Amino acid sequence: MAIRRVKIFTLFERFWHWSQMLLIVSLMITGFGIHGFHHLLNFEIAVTLHTLAAFALLLLWAFSIFWLFTTRHWRHFIPTVKGMWGVLRFYILGIFKGEHHPYRKAFWRKHNPLQALTYLMLKIVLFPLIWGSGLIYLFYFVWRDLPHATVWLDGIALVHTGAAFTILVFVMIHVYMLTTGHSFKSHVMPMINGFDEVDLTPEEEAYLQNDEPENIR
Amino acid sequence: MRPLGKIILLLIGLCISSAPMATDNWPTPPATVQPAPAQISGPLTGGTADHTKFEVLKKPFASGPEVTKACLSCHTETGKHFMKNIHWTWEWRNPETGQMLGKKHLINNFCTNARGNEGMCAQCHAGYGWKDEHFDFKDETNIDCLVCHDTTGTYYKTPNSAGSPACSVMFQGKPAIDLSLVAQNVDLPQRANCGACHFNGGGGDNVKHGDLSSALKNPPRKLDVHMGVDGLNFACTACHVTKQHVWAGSRYRMDAKDHEGAGKPGQRRDVATCESCHGLKPHPVDSLAAFKRNDHISSVACQTCHIPEFARGGVATMTDWDWRTAGRTRNGEGYHEHGYTQGNGEHRYTYKSIKGTFVYAENLVPLYRWFDGQMNYTTIDTKFDVTKPVAVNDFNGSRDDGRSRIWPFKQMRTWLPADIGNGTLVYAHLWGEDTDSYWGNYDMGKAIAHGMKEFGLPYSGQYGFVETLSYWPITHMVAPKEDSLSCESCHAKNGRLQGVEGLYLPGRDSNQWVDLIGILAVLGTLIGIISHALIRLFSSRGAQH
Repeated sequence: MAIRRVKIFTLFERFWHWSQMLLIVSLMITGFGIHGFHHLLNFEIAVTLHTLAAFALLLLWAFSIFWLFTTRHWRHFIPTVKGMWGVLRFYILGIFKGEHHPYRKAFWRKHNPLQALTYLMLKIVLFPLIWGSGLIYLFYFVWRDLPHATVWLDGIALVHTGAAFTILVFVMIHVYMLTTGHSFKSHVMPMINGFDEVDLTPEEEAYLQNDEPENIR
Repeated sequence: MRPLGKIILLLIGLCISSAPMATDNWPTPPATVQPAPAQISGPLTGGTADHTKFEVLKKPFASGPEVTKACLSCHTETGKHFMKNIHWTWEWRNPETGQMLGKKHLINNFCTNARGNEGMCAQCHAGYGWKDEHFDFKDETNIDCLVCHDTTGTYYKTPNSAGSPACSVMFQGKPAIDLSLVAQNVDLPQRANCGACHFNGGGGDNVKHGDLSSALKNPPRKLDVHMGVDGLNFACTACHVTKQHVWAGSRYRMDAKDHEGAGKPGQRRDVATCESCHGLKPHPVDSLAAFKRNDHISSVACQTCHIPEFARGGVATMTDWDWRTAGRTRNGEGYHEHGYTQGNGEHRYTYKSIKGTFVYAENLVPLYRWFDGQMNYTTIDTKFDVTKPVAVNDFNGSRDDGRSRIWPFKQMRTWLPADIGNGTLVYAHLWGEDTDSYWGNYDMGKAIAHGMKEFGLPYSGQYGFVETLSYWPITHMVAPKEDSLSCESCHAKNGRLQGVEGLYLPGRDSNQWVDLIGILAVLGTLIGIISHALIRLFSSRGAQH
């Protein structure tokens, strides 16, 4: 086994991540504006931007889901308990004692068990909750004449707002996590140039050096 | 070219209206003689006859009914048509509630009742000589054609009976009317014709409605986008379309939510709704916001956003009236007090011995409520609890009934004389030559006893005053689109729709628990992160990581 710098985030993944980041930030700002928490934008502009950003994000997600399944990258997100306790123990205790992060990225496991579970939950619970409720909200004009429509809208808005708060909490922790470990920069750079340290098997190392020399340093 | 033409016409109109023909504001429409002003009267615009060429009109007339005979000699069926409309009958039975409405029966919380006071009030009846129960509603020659069709501005009406000497002096010394001139200068009704009565409801300029004032005689586009002389210059009948002298659009039976829209080309709509011209998707869909605005029309009346304020244009409306203070005299005579100067510089009385104390206001934000178009009236025979405020007219509505929308209203609050013993409203005898009439004698007890007895109504003999409310849907003074409300007028905490229930309004509504838990979660996360970071920073061996 050898630690090598390998390109683990493709150009599409990095584009996905950063455009998703921009869209979520603008959805947060416009969404909480519409909710009445601030008045930085007027309501009409806030609703327009919120709606456009939501459509853009849905389109991005359509591409990313397609990409995940065609490239088999979805396997990175299969949940596992193996090594989970080590990671949890590190964040609760080890980090304060100056220990090193127990997880080493593998070529087909670029996320640690906690990350994988978190991102999986984000993908299959939180995001569907927010875009599901958001789409139902957006298409209110279609179902507004059903019985008790306003009561339903009340509930839809509740789910949408609750999901938004949860995503905000995720974003805060996600950004804070970047400060743990070696440095903020070392966490951010992989998502910029795609390269990170990965524990490769000799076969993987040999394959990459022979067939994809541009993806290994 | 066309705007220039309109400006020239407008200038001509202005020059003419300042000619000495114009007398005072009430009840005379301002002078606007030939060439006929270019008010748009809808599909009827475009005359086929020049009335100055009719031999039957080229003669002196001794009285109004003589003119009417001449009119009817050509317009042979008009008398029959006209007698069906509410301007003539002053009564209308609501088929849904069964209530008998109309000025002949109703009590309003302004000058109270027309019933029994026709000598004064029937100045605004489109007929000649209604002063008591003996008026002949079947005599076509009693129709007053001129009050609606005069374009000279020289025609006016005076009370049909003398009234108390103290009052009748107000109507003396008017110039004689040249009926032949007026008869030869008839045209489709202009705003000033309708306005002679409708702008002065409640006993003065804009007193009653709040959205109908003399400012609409020659309004700028800014005040009313349809009637603006520098815009479309619509006459009232452009929207209140007419068929055989019956007009569309009545407060008594409103179409709060028009499901039909503009109809097919050439199809006549007997409604005066906005949708009857603008259709059911009035905003051109050129943006997400415009799409969303069109989506609003199923819940929000057009008027709600497009009439941001009423009683605009410099003429105030009355919001409170207190009859309890009426009847004070100085040296045995009635008096009045100025107390309000309105936007156009004119003074308004805030006290009159004959009526009591008034409050005026301008540029008012309406009251917003769900409204299904159905007004329910407290009529003379309705019993109510006199200790609580009573609504002279009230309405229902909800989001779920399929016919309601959120409408703007003027609310009027009045302390009105009432029969405290029986718990009913009263017909007060205000106008008359006898010693019971309130206007001249200032004895409310006698006036009520007389008014009730005259119509065989029960009266306990014990009168007092009750607090009353009335609601007036706001539908005129439509502002240009650039002045309509913006989203956050309603989509905000404490916005205009704060009190309106039965809907989830983004920006106004939120689940307080979700907000509380959400904010606590975000703050908790922040505290957790800061604590985690601080422990990392200060833990002995963690410093380098």
